[in-house]
Amino acid sequence: MFRFPRVLQRESSCRFFAKAARNAIALGLIFVTFQSATFAQEKFSGIGRTATSAEIKAWDIDVRPDFKGLPVGAGSVDKGQQIWESKCESCHGTFGESNEVFTPMVGGITQADIASGQVATLKRTDFPQRTTLMKLSQLSTLWDYINRAMPWNAPKSLTTDEVYAVTAYILNLGEIVPADFVLSDKNIRDVQAKLPNRNGMVKFSGLWDVDASADVKNTACMKNCFPATATEPQITSSMPDFALNQHGNLADQNRLIGGVRGMNTGGAAESSSNKLGNLASNQIAKNSAQNKDAAALESAELAKKYSCTSCHALNSKLVGPSYVDISRKYKGDGAAVAKLMAKIRNGGSGVWGLLPMPPHATVNDADLQALVQWSLSAGQ
Amino acid sequence: MAEELPTRDGSNDVSTGDHSQPAKPGRLLRAPEGFLSPAQIADVAAGRRDFLRNAFVSATGAATVLANMPARAASASDALSAQAAGDPNILELPEHSRGLGQGVATRGYGVPSVWERNLQRRESPGLTRVAAAGVSFTPLQGLFGIITPSGLHFERHHQGWWDIDPSKHRFMINGLVKNPKVYTMDDLMRLPSVSRMHFIECGANTGMEWGNVAVPTVQYSHGMMSCAEFTGVPLSVLLDDCGFDSINGKFILAEGADGSGMARTISMARALDDGMVAYAMNGEMLRPENGYPLRLVVPGVQGVSWVKWLRRIEVGDMPYATKDETLHYVDLMPDGTHRQYTSIQECKSVITSPSGGQKLIDKGFFNITGLAWSGRGKIRRVDVSTDGGKNWRTAKLETPILSKCWTRFNIGWNWDGSLTILQSRAIDETGYVQPTLNQLRAVRGRRSIYHNNAIQSWRVAETGEVANVQVS
Repeated sequence: MFRFPRVLQRESSCRFFAKAARNAIALGLIFVTFQSATFAQEKFSGIGRTATSAEIKAWDIDVRPDFKGLPVGAGSVDKGQQIWESKCESCHGTFGESNEVFTPMVGGITQADIASGQVATLKRTDFPQRTTLMKLSQLSTLWDYINRAMPWNAPKSLTTDEVYAVTAYILNLGEIVPADFVLSDKNIRDVQAKLPNRNGMVKFSGLWDVDASADVKNTACMKNCFPATATEPQITSSMPDFALNQHGNLADQNRLIGGVRGMNTGGAAESSSNKLGNLASNQIAKNSAQNKDAAALESAELAKKYSCTSCHALNSKLVGPSYVDISRKYKGDGAAVAKLMAKIRNGGSGVWGLLPMPPHATVNDADLQALVQWSLSAGQ
Repeated sequence: MAEELPTRDGSNDVSTGDHSQPAKPGRLLRAPEGFLSPAQIADVAAGRRDFLRNAFVSATGAATVLANMPARAASASDALSAQAAGDPNILELPEHSRGLGQGVATRGYGVPSVWERNLQRRESPGLTRVAAAGVSFTPLQGLFGIITPSGLHFERHHQGWWDIDPSKHRFMINGLVKNPKVYTMDDLMRLPSVSRMHFIECGANTGMEWGNVAVPTVQYSHGMMSCAEFTGVPLSVLLDDCGFDSINGKFILAEGADGSGMARTISMARALDDGMVAYAMNGEMLRPENGYPLRLVVPGVQGVSWVKWLRRIEVGDMPYATKDETLHYVDLMPDGTHRQYTSIQECKSVITSPSGGQKLIDKGFFNITGLAWSGRGKIRRVDVSTDGGKNWRTAKLETPILSKCWTRFNIGWNWDGSLTILQSRAIDETGYVQPTLNQLRAVRGRRSIYHNNAIQSWRVAETGEVANVQVS
């Protein structure tokens, strides 16, 4: 016996209701209500509701490899450069080459790759880093990600045309499109056909289908499993001694009881059980710590929360100046708080070098003031 | 003076690392470095060891007792009589046996003992550069059983974490569905729920070790992984509720509400099999770092697909090639191609104790314990080698043994003090045997960041120190 799959059955019943509704009631709006009620009654009465088209439009932002979902728009390399210099450069570098905050976006590709569609550098074992343009096989990926997640501290704030422009600028940095190029929904497929690594992806079902075969096969030998030529296992790699404490003192990362302890790799660091002993005996004292310290701690947490610490450290210059340097520069300056609050909110450059600080529009006033005051007291 | 000494176990040298053994009556302490004079070293090299052993027993015996004694009473004869009487931790009643303890609800939400503070989520220096797109690792070396405490659950964020107001969180299903729907948390929590225990492992777990040994401990080599009981609504229920297109709907896109709008393609087969939209973990709501109030659970599939702060699922007819499916979470092969959409976490195991960066406190009996798991189903068997892979014994599997869940294994071992290498090898219910690193490299090379499920080797030195090594 042929049976309709469940969905088809439901579809035909829907059509029936739809026809009945159209005949009986002329108003489409009422039809929608009626239709969702039919669904709800089937199983989970009163749970969920039909999404409105405006809601779907607001959230359904993904752009697929076939460019379904790509909104109409256009942006030039020139415009992209302007946006890049104010909003992207501080993390990615002037030419997308920076390796400071994120891995580089541009580099490692050639005109020969654009012709072949497979980046030759990816075969080299001596190439230090894989850049975005070396790996990128789908232009939709780049557009979609800039649109949904960039800039880093203000995602989803670019207009559609700005996303086209920034994408065009990155492609130009990789010499995939010329400097006078304008990327749009009309020509994006042509650019896809020039992506250097467009043919660089393979599918392997062994790591996609749970039932597919694996690509390695070990056997469970139990006795005398070494080949006849070997009597001992050969150690091919181990941690060099100098690197043993790069993760801190391992004695402080293990329990203090049981069959094992953590190895002491820590040099002068206070040993863990003394630290814990002090912690235990001083808990009450610590709970009533001075308000000033508590406030400083909170501000430090704020600096982490707003990702200030990605670019600024207490004592050393990272991407931007250190908090200590900031506090020295503005010492005694009565207008410093207002000046720095505006600077953080709106972004800017020129005071500490050419690399701009991006705007931070989402920090509320109270947090902003706490951050600035904490920065200004960092040198004391 | 004397009472200011730490008295946790009656010793004042519990914390000095290489000599950190509690001064337990009767235990031989290893000699400190420089204990032997050049002449004595020559004697040892010549095979004369007896005099040394005798000297060592008396020296450390005295040191042990001294360590237990108040400074004013540290004469040799007092020390000997004190040792004869017994352990001061027994003989001198501690404060907690002689005083009044704290009342109920002193802590509205309980926290671990202060003595357990060493077990923390930690970052691996230099691995990621920005904490908002970083990783913190679960301290597997200190865990028991198969449930990761929620506060130690590993973290991976792509644009920072948030503590979202659940009354304002919305979940949408659209795409190839008859009726695109919006659900509130109220809606989702009214629906029939299921609770299941599953591991979640980042695709890059153990990824730093493809080329060579890079990290010292199991926390950093295997700690991008946790296991918990998740509660939520099966995806099949929700997809059905929206009337999804079961003919053309071969894929779903899961999308997060965070800044990164984290997005991953999942096969419809995985989604319908045991996928879940979860709001709870280990008996309470999800922690903010783990996606409060809603995350996707895709058992057996790498952690990046378990989208946190889940806001939307789209049903579609092709994979989506999102950033984390084209630029990251792609496996570089020796021929320069990348494998795309690799998702299944294959069968794997690791000994969690003794493990790298730990030190055995003495010779004698130890329980070797570890974890095994497979993204293809249940663990069937775990074998353990204490001689670098030459001979293997089958370990005891603790119950429950669940599909796509950690399985705890244990096996006894008498350490004779000699240099050796410990390994574990898991077999899952499909018959797949966990491979060696060289077997993986023969197919995938050494530059892939992802899906390293190789047998792990821990070298135990004569000193008892355990180190991460790779062997051939």
